[in-house]
Amino acid sequence: MDFLTLKGIQHTYFTVSSATTALKDISLEVKEGEFVSFLGPSGCGKTTLLSIIAGLIQPTNGKVLLENKPVNRAENDIGYMLQQDYLFPWKTIEENILLGLKINRSLDDHKREQTLSLLRQMGLQNVEADYPKQLSGGMRQRVALVRTLATEPKLLMLDEPFSALDFQTKLKLEDLVSNTLKRFNKTAILVTHDIGEAIAMSDRIILFSASPGTIHKSFPVPSELKKRPPFAARNHPLFNDLFNLIWKELESLEPE
Amino acid sequence: MNQNNEVKLLHEHYLKELKREKRLVRFSQLLIFILFFACWETASKNQWIDPLLFSSPSSIWNLFISKSLDGSLAANLSITLSETVLGFIIGTLLGTCLAALLWWSPILSKVLDPYLVILNAMPKVALGPILIVALGPNMASIVAMGTLVSVIITTIVVYTSFKEVDPNFIKVLQTFGATRRQCFKEAILPASFPTIISTLKVNVGLSWVGVIVGEFLVSAKGLGYMIIYGFQVFDFTLVLLSLLVIAVFATLMYQLVELLEKKLVKNGSR
Ligand SMILES: Nc1ncnc2c1ncn2[C@@H]1O[C@H](COP(=O)(O)OP(=O)(O)OP(=O)(O)O)[C@@H](O)[C@H]1O
Ligand SMILES: [Mg+2]
Repeated sequence: MDFLTLKGIQHTYFTVSSATTALKDISLEVKEGEFVSFLGPSGCGKTTLLSIIAGLIQPTNGKVLLENKPVNRAENDIGYMLQQDYLFPWKTIEENILLGLKINRSLDDHKREQTLSLLRQMGLQNVEADYPKQLSGGMRQRVALVRTLATEPKLLMLDEPFSALDFQTKLKLEDLVSNTLKRFNKTAILVTHDIGEAIAMSDRIILFSASPGTIHKSFPVPSELKKRPPFAARNHPLFNDLFNLIWKELESLEPE
Repeated sequence: MNQNNEVKLLHEHYLKELKREKRLVRFSQLLIFILFFACWETASKNQWIDPLLFSSPSSIWNLFISKSLDGSLAANLSITLSETVLGFIIGTLLGTCLAALLWWSPILSKVLDPYLVILNAMPKVALGPILIVALGPNMASIVAMGTLVSVIITTIVVYTSFKEVDPNFIKVLQTFGATRRQCFKEAILPASFPTIISTLKVNVGLSWVGVIVGEFLVSAKGLGYMIIYGFQVFDFTLVLLSLLVIAVFATLMYQLVELLEKKLVKNGSR
């Protein structure tokens, strides 16, 4: 049985002057514990699709089922980390990471301790009382991840979480995130522009083409790469083969 | 070790410079203050300016002492001050609540938009006579004046800042299943604190205007009454005394708001 099912998703944005079809005929299944990456040119509707899965926007057509049920936001089944960290600047780091638990009124001493320990596991010591602007970009991303994980979502969605970071920080965070997700056996969807990142982190890569956004092709990642942590996977010979394959496919999508 | 010492010395030097500059500023401010009153006094004593019109610091001071001793200054001041503080607080709270209502119901805000613009453009003090007839020539109508001058502009400014809060903060909250009420409490309101504080600062001045004009019209008690009375009997010492007292207390209120700002707006930028 599939964990997440998308059936014939289509979405059109309406404004006074235009109607933009951002997505068309998106059907997709994701298994429990699977790590899927969405890859595709800018504007092909990746963020829109995540918002639809999260139940933030209603698709014009089609259905989203999580464990055969429509998504209910109040149940916090889905954790969604937006394209930027969006930490609340007027809240301390501790208040930020406990936000989700506070919102759905499940904050207790045990959960608080658990979340704070997750923060420390992410390599952030003694920052609980700081405000977001006192942290670096990479630290803020990690805090945002802790905030998303704190409510223990069944499905985690990450929208270009590492795109604003320098290369070294990015490689380190890839390993950290990958380890953390494996440990909790989380199902995850990652949106990225970076082919290498998609290959290094995921079990399956889904390539989108633009205007309107459709699924162009799907690439399974060989198990030799899957079982290695992202940094090690990048050094494997199979990595380059897959990279070139996807690169060519992306090139063919580019309009002349 | 050596380098450490050098940094320390430089830092000490920097602090010393900072202190020196601060002393200079304070000294200049004090100098202007003293010079102003000294010139005023001398000019008045030597009849360079009309002492009947411009009075003099010494006669204002004497009047201050006598009015303080017979208790009439304190009585008038306490009335005006409580009216102003009330008008200020009611105006700000009511304005913020109205802004929240508009945020809550986008339809309502669209419907009310032109009316808000009209009300804002209208000079509120012109409503004074109507208010006094409606509410009676008493404290209530003066507080209403103090409220009225600030409430509409507060509503407009605060509502605008509610609307400008980055919708992605709401999105984050919604992914956690937040209700509209929780979104308001966790994101909209705290994100707008800086704007609310700056309208508070404007409202301090506006409430004083409303209350003083109200007291002109009612003409029974308060600092506004002292001004209008002094004007009628051509006692400009009394007028100037009232003005100086108003200046002092308006400044104090402003300082209080700044204190509040330090308390409310926290984001580690101290
Ligand atoms: N709120 C909106 N109103 C109207 N059109 C929108 C809106 N949001 C997105 N679009 C349009 O929908 C299309 C898909 O946008 P989306 O943000 O999902 O792309 P994306 O794949 O996430 O791009 P990127 O990689 O640059 O983040 C774009 O053409 C965009 O112009
Ligand atoms: Mg996007």
